[in-house]
Amino acid sequence: MKSIERQRNFIDFMLSSLLQRKGKNASVLVVYSLVVFVLASVIFFGSALRREAASLLAEAPEMVVQRTMAGRHDLIPLKYASVIRRIRGIHSVAPRLWGYYFHPASLANYTVMAPAHFSNADHEVVVGAGVLRTWGTIANQELVFKTYDGQLLRLKIAATLDARTEIITTDLILTSERTFRRLFGVPAAFATDLAIKIRNQAEAGTIKGKILEELPDTRPLTRQEILRTYAALFDWRSGYLIVILSAAALSFFIFAWEKATGVNAEEKREIGILKALGWDTSDILIMKFWEGAIISCVAFAVGVILAYFHVLFASATLFQHALKGWSTLFPSFKLPPTINFFQIAVLFFLTVVPYSLLTIIPTWGAAVTDPDAIMRQ
Amino acid sequence: MRKADICLASIGFLFLALLLLLTVHPGSSQEHHERIETGKQLVSRLGLTDLSLFTEARYTRHISQADSHAAFQDHPRAVEHFPSGSMVRPPRHLWTHSKGAAAFLQNKGPAR
Repeated sequence: MKSIERQRNFIDFMLSSLLQRKGKNASVLVVYSLVVFVLASVIFFGSALRREAASLLAEAPEMVVQRTMAGRHDLIPLKYASVIRRIRGIHSVAPRLWGYYFHPASLANYTVMAPAHFSNADHEVVVGAGVLRTWGTIANQELVFKTYDGQLLRLKIAATLDARTEIITTDLILTSERTFRRLFGVPAAFATDLAIKIRNQAEAGTIKGKILEELPDTRPLTRQEILRTYAALFDWRSGYLIVILSAAALSFFIFAWEKATGVNAEEKREIGILKALGWDTSDILIMKFWEGAIISCVAFAVGVILAYFHVLFASATLFQHALKGWSTLFPSFKLPPTINFFQIAVLFFLTVVPYSLLTIIPTWGAAVTDPDAIMRQ
Repeated sequence: MRKADICLASIGFLFLALLLLLTVHPGSSQEHHERIETGKQLVSRLGLTDLSLFTEARYTRHISQADSHAAFQDHPRAVEHFPSGSMVRPPRHLWTHSKGAAAFLQNKGPAR
């Protein structure tokens, strides 16, 4: 109990000393919180995006087979499907029809798709929320397209896809197969690619090899490869993130180094007076440790809480301009922050612990000096 | 109340709030689960392979379907779209294969 009372006394004195330099200490707290805020926002947002992708794309096709020609993705003949069906382990092969349509009025690219089961009429489409938001020339609930041969094609909007799924459907325009081929001129004997279902997922690698043997001009992609692509989305190794994280880390270390390399005259005088009054060197160091620990703990908690709300309620506004990039069509979505305790713990030990220790080092130099010499300076 | 007690109580309250946010957070809400289930059904029904995050180019819109030429095939001096290209790396299966190609070119044979 005596030691607890002693620590409370140190904290009391330290707080009185901090309050004498309110402006300086408040600015230290704000800068520190800001650095933690940026780092924590990156951690939360990146994890949330990756988790969203992993959850949603868990139902992606088990394998997709594309055809390439001269280094470009080309249409795949439907007869390739019958070759693939003969491979052992294949459950089913379904052609996929999808492509891109550039709309000059909105300067946006849309993904047009003809699903296997389209329950609407040929002159109707089902669109994502982003299409309605950006098309710009919708009249009488109709979209006007220009076909591959320069004809105009009017399609009526029959329904919109669930707005909650914008992150995967924002730019989608679903049509019937006949309308798709009419729009893009894709011949009846071709498809964009083939979606494969496999009987045993463990054989995906073997089946991929067999497809390549039978059809060397194809490119099979497994679901695992699709999911691994998104496992690297917005992670610290991507260029943009490295720049943000490096800038935040550098500013933090400059700030901490500035603290570590010197104690100003007023603080030295204060330490000298305390030593003259009978304080031990260890007492002064404990007081300074509490100063660093309390400032860094408060800054850490405030920074992480603000980052949490930044991602949850403001949809990570800080990163929106970067995510949107050149896109004129961007999904509207809110992602709940994904908590990775390991990353939070790493952030804690990389910010709180070094700062707490760095406030002690310059103080030690003054604390071991003769108080008379300090007070005479 | 002493300054030390107020300070320690405030820090305790902040960390408690942080702990509550981190443990009881909206990721486990019913609304979130419903949204994910709806999305998964759509992905399964339509056979989708990618998120609709970056719509400015083919290789950013369908990242997982891109090949090693995709980023540069729009015209001979095409450069990668920024900042999308710097936020997501090429699909892993592209740059793990490239290590094998590099070893082959150095006459070391296929990469092991």
